Amino acid sequence: MKALIALEDGTVLIGRSFTGAGEAVGEIVFNTSMSGYQEVLTDPSYTGQLVTMTYPLIGNYGVNDEDMESASVHPRAFLMREYQDVPSNFRATGTLAEFLKKFGVLGVDGFDTRMLTRIIRNHGAMKAIISTEDLDEASLVQRAKDWPGLVGRDMVARVTTKAPYNWVNNAPVAGAGFDTGFAEDTAKYKVVAYDFGVKYNQLRILKEKGCAVHVVPATTSAEDVLALNPDGIFLSNGPGDPAGVDGVVENIRKLLGKKPIFGICLGHQILGLAYGASTYKLKFGHRGGNQPVKDLLTGKVEITSQNHGFCVDQDNLPDKVEMTHVNLNDGSLEGMRHTEFPAFSVQYHPEHAPGPHDAIYLFDRFLELMA
Amino acid sequence: MPKRTDIHKILIIGSGPIIISQACEFDYSGAQAVKALKEEGYEVVLINSNPATIMTDPGLADRTYIEPITPEYLVKVIERERPDAILPTLGGQTALNTAIKVAETGALEKYNVEMLAANIDVIRKAEGREEFRDAMEKIGLNVPKSFIVHTIEDAMDAGDKIGFPVIVRPSFTLGGTGGGVAYNRQELREMCTGGLDLSMTTEIMLERSLLGWKEYELEVVRDRKDNVVIICSIENIDAMGVHTGDSITVAPQQTLSDVEYQELRDASIAIIREIGVETGGSNVQFAVNPEDGEIMVIEMNPRVSRSSALASKATGFPIAKIAAKLAVGYTLDELKNDITQETYAAFEPTIDYCVVKIPRWTFEKFPETEDFLTTAMKSVGETMAMGRTFKEAFQKALRSLEIGRMGFGFDGKDAMDALHQDDLEQGLNVPNSKRFFFLFEAMQRGMSIERMYELSKIDPWYLRSMQQIVDMGKNIEQRGFSGLDAEFLRTAKQNGFSDVQLGHMTGTSEDDIRQLRKQHAVLPVYKQVDTCAAEFESYTPYYYSCYDQENESLPSDRKKIIILGGGPNRIGQGIEFDYCCVHASFALEEIGVESVMVNSNPETVSTDYDTSDRLYFEPLTREDVLNIIELEKPDGVIVQFGGQTPLNLAVTLDKAGVQIVGTSPDAIDRAEDRKRFQQLLQKLGLKQPENGTVSTVDEALKAVERIGYPVVMRPSYVLGGRDMKIVYNEEGLRTFMALPSIVGSEHPVLLDRFLKDAVEVDVDAVSDGKMTVIGGIMEHIEEAGIHSGDSACVLPPHTLSDDMIAEITRATKAMAGELGVIGLMNVQYAVKNEELYILEVNPRASRTVPFVSKATGVPLAKLATKVMMGISLEELGFTKEVAISHWAVKEAVFPFDRFENVDTC
Repeated sequence: MKALIALEDGTVLIGRSFTGAGEAVGEIVFNTSMSGYQEVLTDPSYTGQLVTMTYPLIGNYGVNDEDMESASVHPRAFLMREYQDVPSNFRATGTLAEFLKKFGVLGVDGFDTRMLTRIIRNHGAMKAIISTEDLDEASLVQRAKDWPGLVGRDMVARVTTKAPYNWVNNAPVAGAGFDTGFAEDTAKYKVVAYDFGVKYNQLRILKEKGCAVHVVPATTSAEDVLALNPDGIFLSNGPGDPAGVDGVVENIRKLLGKKPIFGICLGHQILGLAYGASTYKLKFGHRGGNQPVKDLLTGKVEITSQNHGFCVDQDNLPDKVEMTHVNLNDGSLEGMRHTEFPAFSVQYHPEHAPGPHDAIYLFDRFLELMA
Repeated sequence: MPKRTDIHKILIIGSGPIIISQACEFDYSGAQAVKALKEEGYEVVLINSNPATIMTDPGLADRTYIEPITPEYLVKVIERERPDAILPTLGGQTALNTAIKVAETGALEKYNVEMLAANIDVIRKAEGREEFRDAMEKIGLNVPKSFIVHTIEDAMDAGDKIGFPVIVRPSFTLGGTGGGVAYNRQELREMCTGGLDLSMTTEIMLERSLLGWKEYELEVVRDRKDNVVIICSIENIDAMGVHTGDSITVAPQQTLSDVEYQELRDASIAIIREIGVETGGSNVQFAVNPEDGEIMVIEMNPRVSRSSALASKATGFPIAKIAAKLAVGYTLDELKNDITQETYAAFEPTIDYCVVKIPRWTFEKFPETEDFLTTAMKSVGETMAMGRTFKEAFQKALRSLEIGRMGFGFDGKDAMDALHQDDLEQGLNVPNSKRFFFLFEAMQRGMSIERMYELSKIDPWYLRSMQQIVDMGKNIEQRGFSGLDAEFLRTAKQNGFSDVQLGHMTGTSEDDIRQLRKQHAVLPVYKQVDTCAAEFESYTPYYYSCYDQENESLPSDRKKIIILGGGPNRIGQGIEFDYCCVHASFALEEIGVESVMVNSNPETVSTDYDTSDRLYFEPLTREDVLNIIELEKPDGVIVQFGGQTPLNLAVTLDKAGVQIVGTSPDAIDRAEDRKRFQQLLQKLGLKQPENGTVSTVDEALKAVERIGYPVVMRPSYVLGGRDMKIVYNEEGLRTFMALPSIVGSEHPVLLDRFLKDAVEVDVDAVSDGKMTVIGGIMEHIEEAGIHSGDSACVLPPHTLSDDMIAEITRATKAMAGELGVIGLMNVQYAVKNEELYILEVNPRASRTVPFVSKATGVPLAKLATKVMMGISLEELGFTKEVAISHWAVKEAVFPFDRFENVDTC
């Protein structure tokens, strides 16, 4: 089925929907990972976005029940050069098209995705609309322009959990307090995880490393968190503009110095805002599994998984906050720590999924901080 | 860490002669390394016995020793040069093995020489089967159950313990020489007897067969600070059991989810660390069970390899160049990515296209050898193609292979209709060089994917993609020419169909399709190979074609020349021609003309993005070349350097109005066409052996009455002496005429009187149309009748009289003048009883050009290029033959150890 992809700059591309009729509006971005599309789709950070994979062949190994990073699919549309409808992999339980349809997400292929990527690279991430219904180019471009965009909007409210839960047996289990899921004495640390749009692999790794994990909604108050008496506080990734997230930064500021804190991605940006730093929007963001990051403490380079459109401004970091990691490609801030309080964070995804496992040591640093 | 300043002089070890599994990819890596280290201000000394290499060009290294790569000679060079360090990881297995042997003699300590990149313990740990197995167990990785044996008795015991089939791998051999799959005790005994002989350490490993498992390779790079990156993943289409050099391979991997891929990545990093490769590139091979994802480590090469050359070309990341810089102390985060210029080499390339490599075999030259593929590599070359879909890349690669096929079937060359179903299944089941065409036939017959998988163990994803090509082909046939609307035509092109295929399927011609495409504006666009999937702007003009929307190749308005390369290596057409193409590029740069290279061979220096101003990695077919010409609008095209491949295109390009620079296509035809050539010789009063051109047995018998036995018989229009035979009697003549390749050919057969006991002479010359200068006269050591490529030769001639040399000079100049040669010319003569016979004239670069150039110090290919650009030999200052005061000898190297049942004497 013919699908038009219209960008706010007036560009219109003609593709093909492989998931039937539909329409989706959002911010159009690209991801350069060559594998891991199911993890990308289930990463809540993509809420409100139209995601283009730069690798042309997508769907090859199907989808399965294990590679879920949340319970649902978050981008509004998924774009690629050539969709592969018949998967070949021993873990596959279905096709990508079925999976997208199940979650009502538009799948589009059959157009020059590299051209689109170059447009985004040159002009920045843009507002865009994809439709199989409205095939009027002028109307589509106008509608893309009219969409309010992500800047200043609170996307976290859409994805954060409504009620607290515990991470037990590799799945969320509703509960008000800690259910360690361990025989009482084996959980080394109790961690409260703020869910700004958490990826399950963050919880899986914390659990694997011996933590009892209690996940709370984004707006949970500092007092409620401290009342649980955790050993550490984890700030998850999440979608959109950190500056647009309501009622969170204040709570995090209150937690500074009270407990060890570890933040990832949006969690890192919110921590930055809590320190008094500022954030800005990158031209087209970092999305992929090959971003080189240098650890300024060890001088070593790690290849990282990334997915972010906003960034903490390194030029006006508050006193007592130091940059710990830098992106080798563009010199942007990738990690920081507080020199007084036990708090550190990274912009990228040490929990990978998808992507390289190089940065998993950061979870150990968190454990050391709690020790 | 910046570069080391405690070392100043570095000795690089090359890989020696081209042999199967060690071809020009090591000239590519060696040349990169020499340049990279020179750039850093090191004094570079090189040892390599192969003169047909760019790396041994004067002026590249500070000093080059054209000496055999043996411990004895290496020690001599060390003794004389006293380098601070040697770099053994860029010259293949030969360099690595030689370095180990030298290290064992204590010579390195004696002369205080450091081994860079990998020390002797590392090499032993990676290459020694037992050491490697122990190392893998230590880091918790699985290797197939195996036993190391040194005697036949132990081998038989081990075979029983493992269970058949058993994989046989001799230690420290190259490309799996002597290895194979033994299905029973008898086969095991035979293989071990041979394998024990071949192994440097009389050691063989027998291991559990993983036949049917999927095979993967990862290219890993590490620096001194222990930063490790993966440059490329490669998936073999052929399942385990076929040497990776003989496998069709795809980059990046296609059928693993990220979870499974990251497991291989983690394992590769753990392996390079455990083995202890300090700096540089390594190649790690894995087998993955398609049923449950179980992973086995197969092997690790602690050096650059054929796969790393492929990975470099497939991604744009120059592994050898970076490896050389890492060896002298740089770290990845200190080195810029050449392609983006902004970002660093510390990253992992991501690509937005699909790459397919297909090996080129040569079983047709050795009819006595059975066409089946196993763990010992048999291919002699390879081709690579890029496309935005697998189907596009696969079909492009098939036509790049230059075996007369224009894609996956549908080109009028499928002749398997009559094949018995059992034979078809056998063709799918036993890996062989034509398996993809057996697959095509099976798909035509409607065999199910499941059945094809069962037989071939080729992952269903690839089978389905191939099936889609077949389905689309049937659709095209049904629609016919009138059904080719713009949209459908574009879809067909996006699936990789060539104009020849489309013409064949619709009962029209390549030209009809080309015209139709132009009418519908269905034209190729060119995408950049940029290491980063367009995330960053890139500056390296390295392109491949596809039928997407946006064109990224923006031609300059400079004066420019397109050089057509030689395509995949094959017997008779190898590195020597690539050498000439590269020199053409260098010569153009010297005179300020833009060079545009077109080639499809990933092993070469010509396809290094550094070599020419612009590089198109494309098949060398009429369609693909014309497309580039129409975009670039060059001032001319050079066809005489890449061997027969571009030469075959000369006439058709000429007809299409393309300006061929140098010798005219008509002159080329005059030299190739028997009749026209005879007229030319008569005019010049030169002699040929008695000869004839025949199409039937009767004609042949009649001709031979006149000529007399023995006769040399060969089909016309083939290169490198394929199917050439010396026939001594009628029986032999009849056998020859009954060969399938002769019966099925539309071209006549050529008969020449075989001049017994004659001396054969090869001459290379360069001419500007007015003046001809001889580059070198080489006398063959073997008698006439041995193909010049297989013969050893001496320069200057050692038995010819001065009169004869004068006569040869006169004849060469006369023919060059009469043909109007502008550029290079090669003549083969036979001398018998002080009579000179002309055997063959080739108005193009020959296999001997690099040898002559190195022996005389005259850069023939560069001179020829400049001559073609209109500069006279006089202006170039090359007006007289160069007399040399030494003897130069060239000897050929044969691959008979890979071809069973072929006579090696």
